[in-house]
Parts: sequence; structure tokens; C-alpha cells
Amino acid sequence: MLTKEDTHKELFTMGHTGCSGCAQSMAVKLILEVLGKNTIATTATGCLEVFSTRYPESSWRIPWIHSLFENSAAVASGIEAALKITGRKNGTTVLAQGGDGGTADIGLQALSGMFERGHDVLYVCYDNGAYMNTGYQRSGLTPFDAYTTTSPSGKQSFGNSRPKKYMPQIAMAHRIPYTAVASAGYPVDLQKKIKKAASITGPKYVQIDVPCTPGWKYEPRYSVKIARLAVQTGLYPLFEAEYDKIISVKKISKKVPVEEYLKLQGRFKHLFKDEAGRMEIEKIQKIADENIVKFGLL
Amino acid sequence: MKKVLEGSMAISESVRIAEPRVISAYPITPQTHIVEHLSQMVADGNLKAEFVMVESEHTAASVCLGASACGVRSYTSTASQGLLYMSEVIYNIAGMRLPVVITIANRAVSAPINIWNDMQDSMALRDAGAIQLYAENNQEAYDMHIQAYKIAENKDVMLPVMVCVDGFVLTHTFEVVETIDEVERVREYLPPLNMEYKLDVDNPYSFGTLGEPSVYMESRFNLANAVNNSKKVIVSAAQEYKDMFGKFHGALIDTYKTDDAETIIVAMGSILGTIKDVVDELRESGKKIGVLKVRSFRPFPEEEIVAALEDAGNVIVIEKAISLGKGGILSQEIRDVLYKHRINSINVNGYVLGLGGRDITPKNIIDLIEKAKTDENMDGEFFGLNSFIEQGNISNIGD
Ligand SMILES: Cc1ncc(C[n+]2csc(CCOP(=O)(O)OP(=O)(O)O)c2C)c(N)n1
Ligand SMILES: [Mg+2]
Repeated sequence: MLTKEDTHKELFTMGHTGCSGCAQSMAVKLILEVLGKNTIATTATGCLEVFSTRYPESSWRIPWIHSLFENSAAVASGIEAALKITGRKNGTTVLAQGGDGGTADIGLQALSGMFERGHDVLYVCYDNGAYMNTGYQRSGLTPFDAYTTTSPSGKQSFGNSRPKKYMPQIAMAHRIPYTAVASAGYPVDLQKKIKKAASITGPKYVQIDVPCTPGWKYEPRYSVKIARLAVQTGLYPLFEAEYDKIISVKKISKKVPVEEYLKLQGRFKHLFKDEAGRMEIEKIQKIADENIVKFGLL
Repeated sequence: MKKVLEGSMAISESVRIAEPRVISAYPITPQTHIVEHLSQMVADGNLKAEFVMVESEHTAASVCLGASACGVRSYTSTASQGLLYMSEVIYNIAGMRLPVVITIANRAVSAPINIWNDMQDSMALRDAGAIQLYAENNQEAYDMHIQAYKIAENKDVMLPVMVCVDGFVLTHTFEVVETIDEVERVREYLPPLNMEYKLDVDNPYSFGTLGEPSVYMESRFNLANAVNNSKKVIVSAAQEYKDMFGKFHGALIDTYKTDDAETIIVAMGSILGTIKDVVDELRESGKKIGVLKVRSFRPFPEEEIVAALEDAGNVIVIEKAISLGKGGILSQEIRDVLYKHRINSINVNGYVLGLGGRDITPKNIIDLIEKAKTDENMDGEFFGLNSFIEQGNISNIGD
């Protein structure tokens, strides 16, 4: 078991103000364990930046910078260019981080530019499926039918009316050398992917499913369980791609009905009220089934 | 060496000899030639820098921010819409105290879209915490960029510097410019950047942390002091430059024939050349008139301006920007510092001219001086409008 002293020695230290059960902070720790000290990190505005760097405190024991919401990939590009031209690269990993909003919405242009220009940057998107820092508003990665404060359920609405955008495929379409999807519920798989990403020169994209207790409305102890259910239902397929080809998928041993996943989370509560809700759950089951076929998960 | 150079080429030459290691930009008229020249210099091996050709101005400024945070000298350039687009980042660069130099090829702001010169773009950024210097001619634009790095990187300053040059009027005009040929002498004036705090794996710091109400004001207070204190650094940078390279265009301000002047015209940028010609002519006919050039708009040289103007009876401010809903920007600030120094005997007339590339002719200036004789405290009055507007026939404007 980890003692308090042990966690102080970690590169992402305790003492931050993340919620209990925050899967995003778990993922950060796992990533820095793999990348080590020779890393410079950027972070987009969002939960992670806010809860880890309340001046004068910081949880980062590596050089770290936050600039704005939409420019994490751009700032990382500048860091990489600076290290390159001054001969200071020396195997340093430039890690750019952002939430789903900072990555797939407002930061998409800067991210696309970074990919296109071929910077040696590892970009990690912590996908908690909404703008959590500002209080659970919808993003382009909010799943179908999820309640958020700007895609609320109501008499005329089942929540978010559009399916989640295929962000990893957008990354792959840039023909970058490595794209991976991981989950905070599968730490070994996550770390393996980060290790591989770090060994490749060029732009890399890793998207990580990170459940959010207050946003998804579940008890903190269920973070890992929910993350695993997302994978086991087929709703969050984990895979790796090189350039535009998928090279591996994380198989699931047996298909779990999406209901098992949905029922644990308050953001889907409205689907369990009546027959109309049932039909919506069937639509979500269809998304999962299609993923299972498309990615060959079974 | 004396050369006939296009303004953009002069600026690129100056940037080259200042040796930035990361350059990032996105094209926009009338800045394009600057970045084209610089990319060519990098491609030809005449400038050892990473040229990061990005997908937007927001990213160009962000790349410079990241590079600068690594302690590496960085450069970008933009204008108009591009500047407004990167404005969020410029505020951030200033707040993080990073010494990025940014050339602004001053251009009007849309709508209507217009690629020609005025100063509305940089004026919109006057509160960002970046130093703003305005060049009068291509020689000054050349010298100002080297000085800009010297100012930006001073330990007591550590701020971005915007070097503002009139689009087309300077950027696309060929003039004789004397360049410095020995990089060693520039290095002596401008030593390599050596930042105390930077992104460094051997000495990790966190940059851009959350500033809660308990600390935010102190951080902004430090920033405000840094901008104010940069005045003396701007002065010493100009003085040292003069001593080493023999060129001087003023420090915070410059004055021309103001000693006994009853009327003083205040302006910034390239229009000063035309104004000085008119003043020479009027001086011949015995008129006591002079010129005040504002070279540093931020920080605003309050004491120097008051000292230069206090004995004049009339001040005419000519500016190429407006604070809509209020009036002149430069004229407002001039009036403010005079009032602050309890000088209320001067009639300050502020006029807006030359928006969107409208020519300002010597005759315009002569007419304006004439008009100002009977005007009182004009606050950003438009001067030089086409007559169809004056007649109220606004429908013609779409032509
Ligand atoms: C340009 C800009 N627009 C909006 C915001 C407000 N804002 C800050 S964080 C945030 C949402 C972050 O969401 P996400 O990227 O998903 O990260 P999370 O907090 O969920 O981890 C928003 C909308 C901002 N800081 N800057
Ligand atoms: Mg989010």
C-alpha cells in the first residue's frame, strides 16, 4: 500500500483538490509513472489545471505550463521547436494534455495543426465527456442521450441528441504514427500504450476515458467499475492505430448490456423512467453493438 | 551598410540579426512579406531558427509562448484580424512575463474588410500588458526591433514588445536603410537570452498556475509595475543603441521644433514624416509650430509628454484609430495627463484621419491646422471624409 510519503515522491503529487474518485487524476499519475522526469507538460484550461496548480502550490514535479483553453497543442509545438533548435531535446517527452472540450472542440484546430506539422509531441485527451470544470456542459464528446446542463433531459428531450464524435479517427485521418484509446479502468493497458507512444517520434494521440463523479453522478467508489463497464459494453472501444490502420483492439470476453453501465449513472437516469426511455436505451445498445462489429471486440 | 530595402525586408534583416531561435507566424496582408523573407532566410541557412508555419495566429502566438517559456528567443508578426485573433494569447504572454517580440503591420479592422493602413488593430491591444512602440520610417523600424528584444528581455521588464509599423506605408515601401553587418556587435548590445525561470527538466517549475482572489491582484500589480518601469529601460535601450550604432529616433517620445512652438501636432508612426514637412513649410512663413512624436504608446510617457506640451497653447492630435462611443484614443490620453498635471490652458483638438488607408496629404494637414484655430476640444472628429457622406448620402458607401 502507498503511504503519504510515497505519494509525495511521485511526479504528480497528492494534495491537489481533485474530487475523490476523480479518474482524470488517476490517469495523470499512471502516465507520469511511465514517462518519468524527463518530461515537459502543457495542460489546457480545465479541471486538471485548476485542481493541480492553485498558486502557490503545484502537484507537478516536472516542468509544467498552462496557457489557455484551446492552445495546449500549440504551446507544446513551441516547446518542442525550442528544444529541437537549441539541442536540448535529449529524449525529453513533450506531453500536451487537454480535456475533451479543450481537445475535440475549441482546441481541435490547434491539435490538427500540431499533428499536421509533425511535432514530436504526445497529446493526451482526458475524456470525461463534458465541460466539467465549468459545471457539466455538453461537449463534442458527450455521449448520446447523456444529461448535461446544456443538453438537459426534459419533456422534449432525452439529453444530448447527437452521438459522440469519433475523435480518435479524426486523429488517425492526419496519418500520425500512433493513436490509441485507453481507459482509467485498465491501468496496465493504459501504461503500455503510453510507453509505446513515448517510444515513437512524431505526433501521438492518446484518448483516455476518465469517469467523473460529480458530472456523471455516481458514487466515487464506482469510477473504475464504470470505466470498465464502458469497455465491456462496447461503448468505449480500446484500440491502437498506426497511421490510419487499427493494429490492435482490446477484446471483451462477453458482451455486457449497456443498461448495466447506464443505470449506475445519474446522467442517464431519465432513460429509466418510461417506455420512451427504454427505446432510447435500445438506441444506445445499437451504438455498442455496432462498435463491437466495427472493431471486432468479441 | 546602406541598402535600399523594402520595409518588410528591413524588418526581417533586423529580426535576423537579433537571432530569435523560434519564429512562428500566419500570413496576413500587409505582414506577409516579413514572414516570407524570414522563411527564406531560414531555408537558405542564413538564420538558424525553427520556423513553425502554423494554422492560425492564435497558434503562432502560442508557439512563441511555449518556446519563450523554454527560455528561447521567439518572434511573431501579424496585423488586423490576425492580431485580434491572437489577442487572447498576447494577454497571456504578458501575464506570464515572457519576452516575445511581435511586429504589427498596422492595418484597419473589419467590417468593412479593408487591408490598408490604420492603427485600430494595435490600439485594441493597448491594455494587454505588452509594450507598444511605433516606428516612423524603415530605418527606425529596423533599429526598433533590435531595441525591442533588449527591452523585452531586461530582467526588470520581461514583457512582450509590439513593434508597430504602418502597413504598406512602411512595410511595402523602399527606403535607404543602414543595416548592422557584424552580428558580434549586436550580440554585445543584445546578449543571449538568459531567463531565470524557464521550462527545464533539471529544474522544474509550474507556469500559468491558477491565481485565486488572494493572489491575482498582486500578480497584476507586479505586471503593472513592470510595464511602468519599462520606461527607463526603453530610454536606456535607445541611448545605448545610439552610442553603439549611431542611430537615434527618440526614446519614449521625440520632439521636432517644439521649443518655442505655440501649436504642437502630436502623432505616431509614418504620418510624422508628412507632418514634419508641413511644419518646415509653415515655419518658413513664421508660424511657431512643432511636432511631438509618441514613440512608446505603452508605457505612456506621461512626464515627457507634459514637459513637451506644457508651454504650447494649442495641441492638435492626429490619429488613425478611434474608441467608438468615446472619441480619440491618443487625444484622450494626452488630455488626461495634462489635466492630471493641472494644465487646463491648452486647447487639445483630436482628429481621426487616414482610416483604412485613406491618404493623409500635406494639404489635409494644412487645412486641419487652419480648422483647429477655431475648434475647441475636438474629441476624435473625423477629418477628410468624402463629401457624399457629409451630404448625408450614405447609400453611396457600398460602391
Ligand atoms: C476561450 C475560453 N472559452 C471558455 C472558457 C471556459 N472554460 C474553462 S474550462 C472549460 C471546460 C473544460 O472542459 P474540458 O476540456 O472537457 O475539461 P474538463 O474540465 O472536463 O476536464 C471551459 C468551457 C475558457 N477558459 N476559455
Ligand atoms: Mg471534459
